[in-house]
Amino acid sequence: MLYREAGQFKSTYAQDQQIFPILQDRVAIAILLAVAFLLVPAFGNQYWLGAILTPFLIFSLAALGLNILTGYAGQLSLGTAAFMAVGAFMTYNFVLRIPGIPILAAFVLAGLCAAAVGIVFGLPSVRIKGFYLAVATLAAQFFVLWVLQRVGWFSNYSTSGVITAQEIAILGYRFDTPAKKYLLTLAVVAAMALLAKNLMRSETGRAFMAVRDMDVAASVVGIPMMKTKLLAFAISSFYAGVAGALHAFTYLGTVEPEAYSLDLSFRILFMVIIGGVGSILGSFLGAGFIILFPIFLNLASGWVSGLFGVEISFAVVSNLEVIIFGGLIIFFLIAEPHGLARLWQIAKEKLRLWPFPH
Amino acid sequence: MEFVFFVEVLAGGLLAGVMYALVALGFVLIYKASGVFNFAQGAMVFFAALTFVSLTEAGWNFWLALVVTLAAMVLLGIATERVVLRPLVNQAPITLFMATIGLTFVLEGLSQMIWGSQPHGLELGVPDVPMEWLSQRWNVNISQFDLFAALVAGVLVAVLALFFQKTRIGRALRAVADDHQAALAVGIPLQHIWAIVWAVAGFVALVAGLMWGVRNGVQYALTFVALKALPVLILGGFESILGAIVGGLIIGATEKLAEVYLGPFVGGGIESWFAYVVALVFLLFRPEGLFGEKIIDRV
Repeated sequence: MLYREAGQFKSTYAQDQQIFPILQDRVAIAILLAVAFLLVPAFGNQYWLGAILTPFLIFSLAALGLNILTGYAGQLSLGTAAFMAVGAFMTYNFVLRIPGIPILAAFVLAGLCAAAVGIVFGLPSVRIKGFYLAVATLAAQFFVLWVLQRVGWFSNYSTSGVITAQEIAILGYRFDTPAKKYLLTLAVVAAMALLAKNLMRSETGRAFMAVRDMDVAASVVGIPMMKTKLLAFAISSFYAGVAGALHAFTYLGTVEPEAYSLDLSFRILFMVIIGGVGSILGSFLGAGFIILFPIFLNLASGWVSGLFGVEISFAVVSNLEVIIFGGLIIFFLIAEPHGLARLWQIAKEKLRLWPFPH
Repeated sequence: MEFVFFVEVLAGGLLAGVMYALVALGFVLIYKASGVFNFAQGAMVFFAALTFVSLTEAGWNFWLALVVTLAAMVLLGIATERVVLRPLVNQAPITLFMATIGLTFVLEGLSQMIWGSQPHGLELGVPDVPMEWLSQRWNVNISQFDLFAALVAGVLVAVLALFFQKTRIGRALRAVADDHQAALAVGIPLQHIWAIVWAVAGFVALVAGLMWGVRNGVQYALTFVALKALPVLILGGFESILGAIVGGLIIGATEKLAEVYLGPFVGGGIESWFAYVVALVFLLFRPEGLFGEKIIDRV
């Protein structure tokens, strides 16, 4: 960065181990949070708040969940969307069936339900890994959606299988405008991101990384394999479940099981790969990229047709988007396996010495 | 009557299983030779079928279209080796797997961008209707086309077996599958072999694409069919061609039987996940599959 940590001495362990050891970083994060909490809702318009920033935060949370499982614990999952669906539908049912339940409690309970489902489908991970596990999580993807579609109880016997999220109220305060929903989402996501960041610096997180890097060695040094892997599945699914609940309640409002298709699971996996495998920041960067890129592409196609007078059809743009996403995945895996987060880190290291790199 | 119905369902399932096996074959070929789990096989099936059907609809001769499509698949195989696999050599299998997911998206987008996304019908001259003599004599309805597909699969497996056993390239392929480094040491050009394997997998994808195209029409949903090949592989084992066939038959049969006999009790539509759950249960007891090599390390 343009600043250096020179002169900032740490005299206690607590100071040495804080999340942001450099004063300027703490200031930057505080400013970022202040902008996100105060300025954005005050000045952002309906479209930005409701259609871009809220889904960005929600998908960041889902990507964060998958990143804990895939990036930190090294277990590939193709069923993230299914866990989101569990979170969305269970929140709906908790609010519906337990009168007066606080919405945040419903989110947590729904997240715990998703975690339970995650543990069940994570069980094979105790014996298998790699793409075998990917197939096992595919089973979760298809099975969960089928259950949600077929068992009427989950959608309160609505004929179309569509659920409409109830209105959100905390202590009588109603979250009914995009700005308020954005704030609620932001608060939940910020709290959970902080939790994840700390969790990954703790014994649990280290155990995850040990399992990822070499499971045999990890079990030799006494890390309980089964507990660690299942815990990774549980935490990851919990995050995905809460993300799904937010997705239904603060973003879409009405959802159907089909919304949580395999395609969504892949999109979240792409966010993790592009953003940075094994990085909390990366989850946010990846989600931002995947959300903003199609919008950018649409704008760019408008500019191109304006410049050259060639009309680019919607089909071409959407296919192009798919091709570019796929190409980017391959590119990132080859050129920068740690994604945008790593690029950010490199930029920071370069800037730290700038403008005198010697 | 009950029994006849059972036989009919079983036969239908087994023949559908043959179709799954056709897709699964492509996975096995690539996995054997390069240890890559090629998620893009389904997209390759879709790409091949769509290219072929678009060419024939443009008025091309059947054989000409077939040859051109085959050439496209071979080119695709070579390009994949060059652009995707070579830079990722020695990476973890999971990285390669994710790269093939990326490849899947590229292929799906590319084929729909070139040929459009509307579904096409496909005719190969074998109608998809029940055979009359069977239905008159035994009252069993088995589609003529299913038998044709089974025949094609049989021929394909025979050709592949001959290719692997008798030709020089086939021997090299088996050597690479056995041990990369040893194969390199005796002078087998690894990169050529990989390109060839991907080309052969492209050929298998073309055959599978034609068969599925006749059955369901050439459309985007073909890529989901390919996902069904995954449980087949788990059942049969990733390294075994025989396993792909047997796994396909088992999955096809259990899936159809489950749909007909269990489906009504739970609301139907269980075909979409039953295969995966069978595979999941199977994984818990015999992770290496029926015919796979027992190399999965337990943790």
